Amino acid sequence: MAESKQKKFIGRSVPRLEDRPLLTGRGRFAADVNFPGQWAMRVVRSPIAHGRLNGIDASVALAMPGVHAVWTFADVAHIPPIPFRLTGLKALEPYQQRVLASDTVRYVGEPVAVVFADNAYLAEDAAEIVELDIEPLAPVMNATDAPGPFDTMQSTEPDIIRKGYGDVDAAFKAADFVVTLELSVGRHSGVPLETRGAIGYYNEALDRLEMHGAAKVPHWNRDTMGRMLGRSRDNFQLFEGHVGGGFGIRGEIYPEDVIVCAAALHFRKPIKWIEDRREHLISANHSRQQTHRVRAAIDAEGRILAIDNEFFHDNGAYMRTHAATVPDLAAAMLPGPYRIPAYRATAHLRLTNKTPCGTYRAPGRYESTFVRERLLDAIAANVGIDKVEVRKRNLLSKSAMPYTLGLETLGTHIVYDSGDYGLLLDKALERAGWPKLQKDMAKRRANGEMVGAGVAMFVEKSGLGPFDDVRVEVKNDGNIELITGAASVGQGIETAMAQICAETLGVDYTSVNVIHGQTDRIGRGLGAFASRVTVMTGEATKRASTRLRTHVLKLAAELMQADAGELDIVDGEIVHIGGVPGPSMKLADLAKARPGELIAEDTFESTHMVYPYGVHVAAVRVDAETGGITIEKYVMAYDVGKAVNPMLVEGQIAGGLAQGIGGALFEEFLYDESGEPLSVTFADYLMPTAHEVPESSILITEDAPSPLNSLGLKGAGEGGTTPVGAVLASAIDDALQRPGAILTLPVTPQRLRAICKK
Amino acid sequence: MTDKATITLTINGKDYAIAVEPRRTLADAIREDCGQTGTHIGCEHGVCGACTVIVDDAPVRSCLMFAVQAEGKNIRTVEGLANGDTLHPMQQAFMDNHGLQCGFCTPGFLMLAVGVLEREPNISDEDLIDVLSSNLCRCTGYQNIIKSVRAAAQEMRK
Repeated sequence: MAESKQKKFIGRSVPRLEDRPLLTGRGRFAADVNFPGQWAMRVVRSPIAHGRLNGIDASVALAMPGVHAVWTFADVAHIPPIPFRLTGLKALEPYQQRVLASDTVRYVGEPVAVVFADNAYLAEDAAEIVELDIEPLAPVMNATDAPGPFDTMQSTEPDIIRKGYGDVDAAFKAADFVVTLELSVGRHSGVPLETRGAIGYYNEALDRLEMHGAAKVPHWNRDTMGRMLGRSRDNFQLFEGHVGGGFGIRGEIYPEDVIVCAAALHFRKPIKWIEDRREHLISANHSRQQTHRVRAAIDAEGRILAIDNEFFHDNGAYMRTHAATVPDLAAAMLPGPYRIPAYRATAHLRLTNKTPCGTYRAPGRYESTFVRERLLDAIAANVGIDKVEVRKRNLLSKSAMPYTLGLETLGTHIVYDSGDYGLLLDKALERAGWPKLQKDMAKRRANGEMVGAGVAMFVEKSGLGPFDDVRVEVKNDGNIELITGAASVGQGIETAMAQICAETLGVDYTSVNVIHGQTDRIGRGLGAFASRVTVMTGEATKRASTRLRTHVLKLAAELMQADAGELDIVDGEIVHIGGVPGPSMKLADLAKARPGELIAEDTFESTHMVYPYGVHVAAVRVDAETGGITIEKYVMAYDVGKAVNPMLVEGQIAGGLAQGIGGALFEEFLYDESGEPLSVTFADYLMPTAHEVPESSILITEDAPSPLNSLGLKGAGEGGTTPVGAVLASAIDDALQRPGAILTLPVTPQRLRAICKK
Repeated sequence: MTDKATITLTINGKDYAIAVEPRRTLADAIREDCGQTGTHIGCEHGVCGACTVIVDDAPVRSCLMFAVQAEGKNIRTVEGLANGDTLHPMQQAFMDNHGLQCGFCTPGFLMLAVGVLEREPNISDEDLIDVLSSNLCRCTGYQNIIKSVRAAAQEMRK
């Protein structure tokens, strides 16, 4: 075949198509959406963690000028509880959340009433004087306490997830050593800079209910809220604008989303709800909080014979849309990149009187990677080998791939599709200058400095199916419109999809206009979560673009009196292959000649996820006086199979690191013993700033392309976050020269000072 | 509380005659009364910096200032940075260095950085990071923001 003149876009760090409107103030985030005559909604939230709601008196609020209505449970009693999206279990259904509390409140921040008024200031004034009569009940604050009644009907332990394979008990009997640890990960969450927001609008002329401010999974939310509100997919549509960060928590169905839609329909008025930061910190999904009691059976050389892990997942007061997703993933992905001959996980799902939980970037993996890698470090200390050696002795080999783990999660069997874990470990250590780093650190420690280094490995997952659809059309002006049911949370999918489409079709990537998150433009879609978009939508984009290309060349062949096989599309122009002279034709001219015909649609279906994997190496200095930690070096190696846009992949990894550091060192939702949340502003929920996030070195590799899609793609959204708690714990241990010193995240200055004093 | 004051805000050289309650924040007035929604509100308590605008040549948190306090002052927002289709060097540097992802904190960072560099063009690296640590970003991990601002600083000194 003649050398193609096609421009290559896949694998190039081209600038983002998303940037210009965002840089010039022309973004359209939820709060930027306005309709004439809209009312503002303000939520009245429970100030009590657990109590009986005996009454609500809104009479004074209702008498205020500009206040239109106050809704309580009676007004929304016909709306069913919010159902599960992923990993729903029958036993968990009684724990679903109603959109307003009925007779009991279960966490501070629970919506008990909503006020509708002319504007947000008035609505807030009115909400403050709605009187709540709540009789306090004893709150449940510890997920590790023995299970008991949560209220008259329910238990604090709705279910236990059990996973495993192999003969764990026999392995423990045969073991040379048993290593036991109790490890905890704190409660923290995505905390996007844009708070949540939803605007309900009822278009009477079309009998169409709309919700603006959609994110993450607009199609699922449309179908589900439609069922809850008695609307069909023809007369209920969701619209996604710009989304100011997702990280798992934004865009799930929350009570407020349902209420704005119900109210828009009921009052025939646009209803706008924009959350404030305090509300966000006490009412949007929290995540992570788990305590693990883990044991490893090992032989004399430090090889793992079995792992037995019992853990307690603090899910807060209700089971929200993710149901058992986080503990399920933690249980299923704990083995990571190592050969574990026998394994048992017992995950206790526990309810407490805290904010309900969902997923946060690397859900279940941040937690289980911390546990597994702490265990590896403990094994190394136990048998007297170093932390790299213990990992090498236990790693799965390249020849073991594809590797069937013998566990299931998210409805699929875990089969590591491809990987060369040992190679990536070597590359990461080389990038970090590991031997020299060790020598330097030893020397500095001899001089009294508390410095140390850690290493952690992990397997991620991405590309969750089961399908994605993409429709591609050449418009009359020659630009390409690509419509997908994926969503954007700011990660750059418009650019990545445009690159795949452009290279496949033979156009410039800037001519591809990617439409996402609009439920009225494409029938179905699965949105953006679990690092799925580049893999699933990317492959669907490639297929649809290939189909369009074939179709275009066939139509052009008729007009150009040539064989389709002799034609090529180069930079938006249909030409003869290999520069053979002859007539050519612009795509725009063909589109004008055959209006509405230059269109193709295709689907990618996949029943298995793909498994990127990575290694982080960190070096830290500890200040025993202040409990402060300085990260002196940070290296991240990640095999993503194929990087569509390396700049965007690096951006995802660097951003993920900052969030990982937050969870490892700073961020924590704390409560007092009565269930009062203590982390309600950015002055007490501490997120890393430009000071705390170090310069990092990022090594993206493509050593193990996925065999499950044609481009070899594996997702890249979460690997910057996954092992950060684990690697920093390892490095801090080393700095203190006390293996196993760090058992709890985050390692806040207070905690570290206490450890140093011990 | 609902008595409104009539004031004129001057934003990017244009006057907006508006009537606001004395308690109305500058951020809300800029966004809702003057329609300039490029300025974002992230925390309403002065920590995140998403609402940073330049008032009389100094970057300020517009969520911590009342609109009535800004009367007669020269307010600059992200909408006024570009010159027609030509981006300000700071905007261009953010694009070239992948200094943004979701873009929500971006206007605040742009105004913070422009405001500081106009006052202190030769700011030291240490001070620059100190300044940038006053705004929060949840997506980028900051390194590309720092890189962008350093690149723009060079360009702005030309």
